[in-house]
Amino acid sequence: MQSITEHKGCRASAKTGRASCGSQAGRGDLPVEIWERVKNHPCYSEDAHHHYARMHVAVAPACNIQCNYCNRKYDCANESRPGVVSEKLTPEQAVRKVIAVATTIPQMTVLGIAGPGDALANPAKTFKTLALVTEAAPDIKLCLSTNGLALPDYVDTIVRAKVDHVTITINMVDPEIGAKIYPWIFFNHKRYTGIEAARILTNRQLQGLEMLSERGILCKINSVMIPNINDDHLVEVNKAVTSRGAFLHNIMPLISVPEHGTAFGLNGQRGPTAQELKTLQDACEGKINMMRHCRQCRADAVGLLGEDRSAEFTNDQVMKMDVHYDLEMRKAYQKRVENERVSKVAAGQKELAGVSGEMSAITVLVAVATKGSGLINEHFGHAKEFQLYELSTSGAKFVGLRRVEGYCQAGYGEEDRLSVIMRDIRDCHAVFVAKIGGCPKSGLIKAGIEPVDQFAYEYIEKSTIAWFRAYVGKVKRGEIQHVQRGVPPRWPGDRISAA
Amino acid sequence: MPFKIIASQCTSCSACEPLCPNVAISEKGGNFVIEAAKCSECVGHFDEPQCAAACPVDNTCVVDRALPRYQAPV
Repeated sequence: MQSITEHKGCRASAKTGRASCGSQAGRGDLPVEIWERVKNHPCYSEDAHHHYARMHVAVAPACNIQCNYCNRKYDCANESRPGVVSEKLTPEQAVRKVIAVATTIPQMTVLGIAGPGDALANPAKTFKTLALVTEAAPDIKLCLSTNGLALPDYVDTIVRAKVDHVTITINMVDPEIGAKIYPWIFFNHKRYTGIEAARILTNRQLQGLEMLSERGILCKINSVMIPNINDDHLVEVNKAVTSRGAFLHNIMPLISVPEHGTAFGLNGQRGPTAQELKTLQDACEGKINMMRHCRQCRADAVGLLGEDRSAEFTNDQVMKMDVHYDLEMRKAYQKRVENERVSKVAAGQKELAGVSGEMSAITVLVAVATKGSGLINEHFGHAKEFQLYELSTSGAKFVGLRRVEGYCQAGYGEEDRLSVIMRDIRDCHAVFVAKIGGCPKSGLIKAGIEPVDQFAYEYIEKSTIAWFRAYVGKVKRGEIQHVQRGVPPRWPGDRISAA
Repeated sequence: MPFKIIASQCTSCSACEPLCPNVAISEKGGNFVIEAAKCSECVGHFDEPQCAAACPVDNTCVVDRALPRYQAPV
C-alpha cells in the first residue's frame, strides 16, 4: 500500500533535503521538529488550514516601498486583499483584540502582523505588540510579513521577540524587472527609484532571508505573479529563495482591477489565468514546497482561511467584550481538533488502501464545497469557493481553490450565476456538496459535472477517494468513458472587471 | 518652518512621524500635522525632507508657501 503521505508534492526534495508542508497530507516525511512547528499553522500547512485559524492585527500602517499592485487607501468590507483594513490599531488595542479572538475562536493559534503597510517599517508598533501578546497569551505563535527592505536590520530583534515564521514578499531577483514593479523605495533616509531602487531591495531581501534561515526561523516567500512582467522570471526567484533556505513558496495571482486604484489596475495590467498560475506552480514544485491554499487575505483578517470574521471583532465590539484568556479551555478544544485530524487521516488511508491496488493512469479533478474541518459541509448554493482536489490512485491531492459568487441569494437561486459557476469549475468531473437543490443539480448534470451529495458531512479525503474508486471501477467495466476536461477559467480578478 | 501636510490627501499611514528629526509631526484627529515652528526642512540632517520622501502619496507633504522658507543658522 502506498501511504497517502507519499504522493508527489509531499516528498522531500532529493537535492535540498527539504520536505513538504504546504502539501496536504500532514506529517509526510518532514523532520519531526519542523512538522511540530508548522502543523497548527494554517498558512504553512494545507492540512492545518482546515482546522486552525489565524488573525492579523493592523498595527503597521506605514510602508517603506511603493508597489504597483498595492493601494492602501481604499477599504471595502467585502474586499479581501492584502493591504486592506477597516481600522488600524494601537498595540494595546491589538492585544485586547487577540485575547478576545482567542477566547471566541479557540482554534486560533497564530497571530500575524501583515500591515496594512510593512511590519518592519513600523518596528516600534510591531515589536511592542508582539511583546504584549507573548506576555498575555504565551501559547500563540507569532509571525510577521515584510517586503524585506528593512529585514537585515531587524533579524536579531525578530529572534528575540520569539517570532516563529516570517513571510517575505519577493517578486524578482533581477533589478530590471523590479523597476517595473516598484516605482520607489525609501531607504537610509533617501528615496530611490528605478533600477537602483530594485537592486537595493533585492539585495536586502535575499540577505534578510539568508540571515533568518541561519537562525532557524521558518521563511515563507510570497511572490505576486504578474503576466508579461515577472511570470517566467518567478522560476528564477524560486531557485534563488530555495538555495537561501526558504521553506515554502507561495505564488499568488496579481489582483488587478481599476476600482482598487493601483497603478497596475489603472494601466490595465491583467492578472494571470488559473491555468497560467497552476502551470507556474507546477513548474516550481519539487524544488521547494508550493503553497496553493492562499486566500490573499486582508491585513486584519480573523478566523479560518476563507472564512473572514474580522467584522465581528471591530474595536468597538472588542472594547465591549469581557476578555479573559483561558488557556485550559483552548488546550482542551485543540485536543479535540487533533483527535478529529487523526481520525480523518486514518479514514483517508483506509479508503486509499482499497484503491491503490488498482493501478490506473486516470487522474480527475473534483471540486469540494467546505466550510472547514476537512469536511464536506457546505451547501452548493452557499459556497463562495470550491477546494480543488486531484484524484489518482495515489490519493487525493489538494491543488487549489476556485472562488465563485454564491449561487443562492436570499433563498433563491440565480440562473446566470449557475452558468458562471459551471464555467469556473468546468475542468472538474464532480462537485462534492453537503446539499444541492434540484435546479442546479440538473444543470450540473447537463454540463457533465456530477453533483455528489451522498458524502454530506463526511471527510473530504475519504469521500473523494471512495468516489474515485467507484469511478475507476465504472471506467474499467466500460460503463462510462473517461475524458479529460477542458481548460479552466481565468482568475476572479478578470471576472470582477467584467462585472 | 515651511513643510505642511495636505490633510485631504493624507492616508494617515504614519510613515512620516518617526522619521522627522525634529519631532515636529504628530497625529491630530486621524491625520498627521507638522508643527511649523519645529520644521527645519531637514536642513543639516538629511539630503531631502524626510516627510516628503517617505510619504506614499505624492505632493502631500509640501512647502507651505504662506510661511517664509527655513534659514539654517550660520
